[in-house]
Amino acid sequence: MKPFDYVRPGTVAEAVAAAAQPGAVYLAAGTNLLDLMKGGVSRPDRLVDVTHLDGLDQIEHLADGSVRIGALVSNADLAHDADFARSYPAVAEALLSGASAQLRNAATVGGNLLQRTRCAYFYDTASRCNKREAGSGCDAREGENRSHAVLGWSDSCIATHPSDFCVPLVALDAIVEIEGRNGRREIPLDALHRLPGDAPERESALEPGDLIVAVRLPPAARGFAAHARYLKVRERTSYAFAVVSAAAALRIENGKIREARLALGGVAAKPWRARSAEDVLGNVAPTADAFQEAALRALTDAKPSGDNAFKIELARRIVVRALTLAAAGTPARLPALPASPFASIPGAIHA
Amino acid sequence: MNHSISLTVNGARRDFVLDDPRVTLLDLLRERLHLTGTKKGCDRGQCGACTILVDGKRINSCLALAVSHDGADILTIEGVARGDQLHPVQAAFIAHDGFQCGFCTPGQIMSAIGMMREAQAGDDPERIRECMSGNLCRCGAYAGIVDAVREAQERMDESNQRRSA
Repeated sequence: MKPFDYVRPGTVAEAVAAAAQPGAVYLAAGTNLLDLMKGGVSRPDRLVDVTHLDGLDQIEHLADGSVRIGALVSNADLAHDADFARSYPAVAEALLSGASAQLRNAATVGGNLLQRTRCAYFYDTASRCNKREAGSGCDAREGENRSHAVLGWSDSCIATHPSDFCVPLVALDAIVEIEGRNGRREIPLDALHRLPGDAPERESALEPGDLIVAVRLPPAARGFAAHARYLKVRERTSYAFAVVSAAAALRIENGKIREARLALGGVAAKPWRARSAEDVLGNVAPTADAFQEAALRALTDAKPSGDNAFKIELARRIVVRALTLAAAGTPARLPALPASPFASIPGAIHA
Repeated sequence: MNHSISLTVNGARRDFVLDDPRVTLLDLLRERLHLTGTKKGCDRGQCGACTILVDGKRINSCLALAVSHDGADILTIEGVARGDQLHPVQAAFIAHDGFQCGFCTPGQIMSAIGMMREAQAGDDPERIRECMSGNLCRCGAYAGIVDAVREAQERMDESNQRRSA
């Protein structure tokens, strides 16, 4: 690991000033960053440790019905917060389907949003990777790429964003609160991650020094609590990243869908909100035909980036199944195997 | 630049001066305190052999910078028995043959202790497997591990019931 300076700022303002310097990066739990540094993939000159900053580890239920999650809340603490899990069950299920219990205990909300791709060529410093080293090329294009992107990719990068947490968050219109050199601002989570285009090394809308301090779910997000699921296909049932995942959330009144939310994971460089699919689910009955139509819409623009055409059909089926499960209702208890399509959940119907 | 930190390790306060911030909790335990029960398997957060409890919660010590954990309360495998009296999870691993080579065992036991504190699995074998998925066993002693954890959980539930009765 390359040597680095370590600084522990006492305030958010000090942190922003320290991290705005060239070569500086923030350290939260470090569950992704330390791994990248050990592999020589990330080589920061300075770590700005934010874990001791006050006030960033709270889950606040605000008077207007929204919830504000501090950036340092651990993935486990958020998923196991009873009020939070009841109001946003698909978010809790997504969190508990990710990583291992040890990693969830350490990993933070802010860090989860900013975790890096698990593309093997990004991790292998002997390979060419436009994301790791701008302009060097992309060995994934002609390499082992069955897990790579089928939406939003470019010739310069076909990597996916690995987060489970972000998928239901983006479906529920999450907002990211950012402290930066020019003060506080907020952006939709949907605008945080960038598609690769010709600059895959620029992964987010964040500027030097920007610190995510909280993620907020707006009041409307609670309205889907009765019909919300996260479903994730992976190479093994636990402790694996998604091959394809989907978050589906429905507001059903009098037997009709009043509003639908849908997002996909494992398919693009960002959590993929499928708005065109949501549009066909307004004011219709929650039927298999409607869900099939939504699934077709969600993947209309998909194209293989390599040996991964199967992911497009898989994603369609996962969308139908996630919507079917959501329509059947959020289970009273989280399934034994969170988000697993192999769990024996009452109401689960094969697409 | 030196960094001074203090930790509570298995109940005792320990002070350290780090001349390099790169040291992980895992390396600090093994190299500075010679507490080698905590194992370095993959050193990348994938195998769970380095699992310890930090402030009561299980984490991978290989992915934790010591300098960032100033003030933390740490429990390792060396701190779980009371003298010659094994921790119930340790005893259950022996009773159920929850290991073969033993390299992953300290991490398995620390993870099981952390899991029982989290109270998310109960004695459901499917939940135990899910909640222990961060600990790999190359010998494949999983059947014995699940049995051991299940029995330890049942014993703890019984003793809690006795205490509340």
